[in-house]
Amino acid sequence: MTPGNPGHLPARRSYREATARRRLAGILDPGSFTELLGPSERVTSPHLAGLGLAVAFDDGVVVGRGLLGGRVVLAASQEGGFMGGAVGEVHGAKLVGLLRRAERERPAGVLLLLDSGGVRLQEANAGLVAVSEIMRALLGARAAGVPVVGLIGGGWGCFGGMGIVARCCDALAMSEEGRLGISGPDVIEATKGVEELDAADRALVWRTYGGKHRYLLGEADLLVEDDLAAFRDAAAALLASPRSLDEGALAREHERLARRLADFGGCTDAADVWRAAAVPDPDRLPLLDADAFRRAVAAARGEEP
Amino acid sequence: MTPALGALVGALFPAGHAVREEGGIVVGAAHTAAGEVAVLGTAGGVEVGVEAALALAGEVLRTVREHPGRPIVVLVDTRGQRMSRRDEVLGLNGYLGHLAACVELARRRGHPIVAVVSGDAVSGGVLPLGFMADAVHAVEGAHPWVMSLPAMARVTKLPLERLEELSQSSPVLAPGLDRFVRLGAIEPRWEPPLSEQLAAALSRPAGRDRRAELGLERGGRLLAAAVARRVSGEDGDEP
Amino acid sequence: MERLAFELESAGPPAPRAPPVVVGVVASGNLEVLVEPGDLAGRCRVEVATSANGFAEIWDAVLRDFAARNAVAGLALSVNDAGATPAVVSLRLDQAVEEYLGQRP
Repeated sequence: MTPGNPGHLPARRSYREATARRRLAGILDPGSFTELLGPSERVTSPHLAGLGLAVAFDDGVVVGRGLLGGRVVLAASQEGGFMGGAVGEVHGAKLVGLLRRAERERPAGVLLLLDSGGVRLQEANAGLVAVSEIMRALLGARAAGVPVVGLIGGGWGCFGGMGIVARCCDALAMSEEGRLGISGPDVIEATKGVEELDAADRALVWRTYGGKHRYLLGEADLLVEDDLAAFRDAAAALLASPRSLDEGALAREHERLARRLADFGGCTDAADVWRAAAVPDPDRLPLLDADAFRRAVAAARGEEP
Repeated sequence: MTPALGALVGALFPAGHAVREEGGIVVGAAHTAAGEVAVLGTAGGVEVGVEAALALAGEVLRTVREHPGRPIVVLVDTRGQRMSRRDEVLGLNGYLGHLAACVELARRRGHPIVAVVSGDAVSGGVLPLGFMADAVHAVEGAHPWVMSLPAMARVTKLPLERLEELSQSSPVLAPGLDRFVRLGAIEPRWEPPLSEQLAAALSRPAGRDRRAELGLERGGRLLAAAVARRVSGEDGDEP
Repeated sequence: MERLAFELESAGPPAPRAPPVVVGVVASGNLEVLVEPGDLAGRCRVEVATSANGFAEIWDAVLRDFAARNAVAGLALSVNDAGATPAVVSLRLDQAVEEYLGQRP
């Protein structure tokens, strides 16, 4: 069935290299996705033509309904190729609408395939307000008991306000190549100088924002290979273990974040965190594949080996 | 406490307050016509880093635990999230997400939440707290923004003259309160007496997030409300 | 921004009606093509919105070649272009029509 793949393992299909639509097709049950407000509706950004910029028929985000392992989920997938997956008025409103639908319809969960530099600067103010509306709608869906799971493995990572949105989710799965933060390397270098963060230092950028460090910190719940099937399995697993939004759960999260600050507050480099976390042989961590990395840091994450 | 913050809390809470400020983080309680309120937020344009986000989240949780239902007044003056390598290494976005979740918990537990913008209101500083309020109000000096037009021109490689020209009519580009009012995100600037305005705001029921509808009514966001409704299917699904 | 519209002669049987498909991404040097059933008998309607001004003649030539290569009568194509080269445009148009016609009924 798979030409050019003589072994028994299915060929890996890169999540990072796939378009937003291909990612959805690869993660949801085959043929199950139905798009809401699809390209034929031509609901495009009203703010780009005046700037001489091309629009996209889906404004850079695909939203709809599908099945994951036979269970109904709602899903959104940001297209990093279009304006860096950034959130404008229409793009944001589609995400808000999807999360409100979740609150009303109570599907088995919502999947957010995040690939975004944050607020779309060409419609900056509307983008910021839209991100705020996404946060409220997301927490509204969670409060209604619908788990929201984020997947981060695209070329743009997840930055700016969308980095906050990501951490409003129940859980996140990331690949090593996925990046998560709020102020991206270019923004920090431009505002604080190259001494603060050299955006051209790729090793520094990856160890600061990349999936491995986020997983070690407990910001990401699962670390997966750059593979559609791996993300699919991760999404299914995370939907099954939602994170409560009640007072006790938030108090525990508060303790966890306070402990992180106490343990690692003196660190200005991810490598310092790894050393402080007493991960054996921290310098080799960037070289490990996802599986070996998970084993290497299990104790540092407080897990049974 | 800076003179500006002192003047603001004096005008908001003439019946008395115990509001403290340290390093730009505001915490305390105050008397209002609507009763005792919790006060917290940012001052002096402080950039919100991991310590500030954690402290503010802790105050929200403490209010929920010790004073069930007590209204929360959020003061907003922040130039955004703190931009540093250390904050990113520690996962600042996670701290800000936690703060937002704590505010949502307070809302669901019946705490009215009213934000008052008195200075800058920017990006990662305003998203997890001020913009999580039931309603966002403004007083003299309020200046919400994402990016200045010259910086926007640099980053987007669009001509500054074109951005300035479009900003005459479009509210989505340039900084300024009037533009965020048109977008539905902030209410028009309060005229004194601020204490009466605050009491009225605290007595208004919270309700759902209506910012997109307000943006439509005010002509600042013509598509957001309709797009969200069509995707949500709340008016019934289209054929 | 420039908006262009074309009506192309295309030989062969009219294309069957099928659900719309979109192919490609509006990234720099790239484009998206939306294929839908059209309402012109014997011809294919193409609407182009492009951020690169002044290339109407090249679009005309590329689209005529495309309509000569493929049986696209009865289809409506809509293009959002962010400055793609003619080679990329031809490739995306072919991919889009192939995907549209290849759908299971």
